[in-house]
Amino acid sequence: MKKKLQRYLTLFWATFQLSACTFGGGFVIIPLMRRKFVEGLGWIEEQEMLDLAAIAQSCPGAIAVNAAILVGYRACGLAGAAIAVFGTVLPPLIIISVISFFYAAFRENELVSLVMQGMLAGVAAVICDVVVSLCGALVKERSALHLAILPAAFVLVRFLDVNIVFIILGCAGIGLAEGLLRSRLERRRA
Amino acid sequence: MLLLQLLWSFFQIGLFSIGGGYAAMPLIQQQVTVEHSWLTMTQFADIMAIAEMTPGPIAINSATFVGIRVAGIPGALVATFGCVLPSCVIVTLLAWVYYRCKGLSLVQDMLGCLRPAVVAMIASAGLTLFILAIFGQSGDIADLNYASALIFVLGLLLLRLKKPSPILVMAGSGAAFAALHYAAEAIKL
Repeated sequence: MKKKLQRYLTLFWATFQLSACTFGGGFVIIPLMRRKFVEGLGWIEEQEMLDLAAIAQSCPGAIAVNAAILVGYRACGLAGAAIAVFGTVLPPLIIISVISFFYAAFRENELVSLVMQGMLAGVAAVICDVVVSLCGALVKERSALHLAILPAAFVLVRFLDVNIVFIILGCAGIGLAEGLLRSRLERRRA
Repeated sequence: MLLLQLLWSFFQIGLFSIGGGYAAMPLIQQQVTVEHSWLTMTQFADIMAIAEMTPGPIAINSATFVGIRVAGIPGALVATFGCVLPSCVIVTLLAWVYYRCKGLSLVQDMLGCLRPAVVAMIASAGLTLFILAIFGQSGDIADLNYASALIFVLGLLLLRLKKPSPILVMAGSGAAFAALHYAAEAIKL
């Protein structure tokens, strides 16, 4: 019992620390988790961690949260998953709560407001950089279907104001149809 | 009622943001500035900047921020809970399926077609932020802010060529903008 409690605490503290120190989103947390849970604690095997990372990226939601659920589940079952989510969510919850209480007063300060305005141009540059990188990765896939979806989805969301949810469901449907069709063709050939 | 709306909005954000990171951004924008007028576009841009500068996923950061503004601490808790709920259910299910059949090829095909759509949506939300950054609230070409435009171009060049941490670029952009503003004022005097 005491050992189990110890393991829960270790899990909570590990996920809390990882979340508190991870700037820049989900893709950064996976290598850090690997170092902690594969090399540090030895709870998860190397190959398994790669599989868990793939699942975390294929599921909806934040990658960091998804990865924490998987690692927690693997380490201590459902209770572990709950503890890991709690540990991951707590640091941003605390930090943003504190910031938002000061936000109004903070935003009226002239210097802060100037810095925020400049940072907005920085955010725009960061997002533009991300989009260029993602487009480059798409082009390398050499799939005509995927390349056709990109401009089509952009027009739908930007100029026709179609709800994002419908676009996501539609593309998931297209992907499902493509996969089913291909496996049927392969079976016929075989 | 407000808490239920928060829960439902962030449940949708958690459910439909696939691919992590910026994938949640267009959904958050649609939910909090279009479907509900919880934030102005400027506040939304601020929270994107804050989310980038602080640890934690963008979706969780926005859930906390929007929740507190709309309904205080209970709002933050409810919005965050709504945001992680779909993950908890789906990830656990998929992990179970994965360990059972080890086959994810159909899931991979689905993700293959989702990825370009997600890129398109990030591009669209990014374009909205870009217009706000360079042309201000009006979005009018006449309101072009030269300092912002300069910082955008330099930031993008730096990111493409040197691959620095985005946090550094953003902090630098903020400092550079304030410095340019005060320098311009000093010259006018």
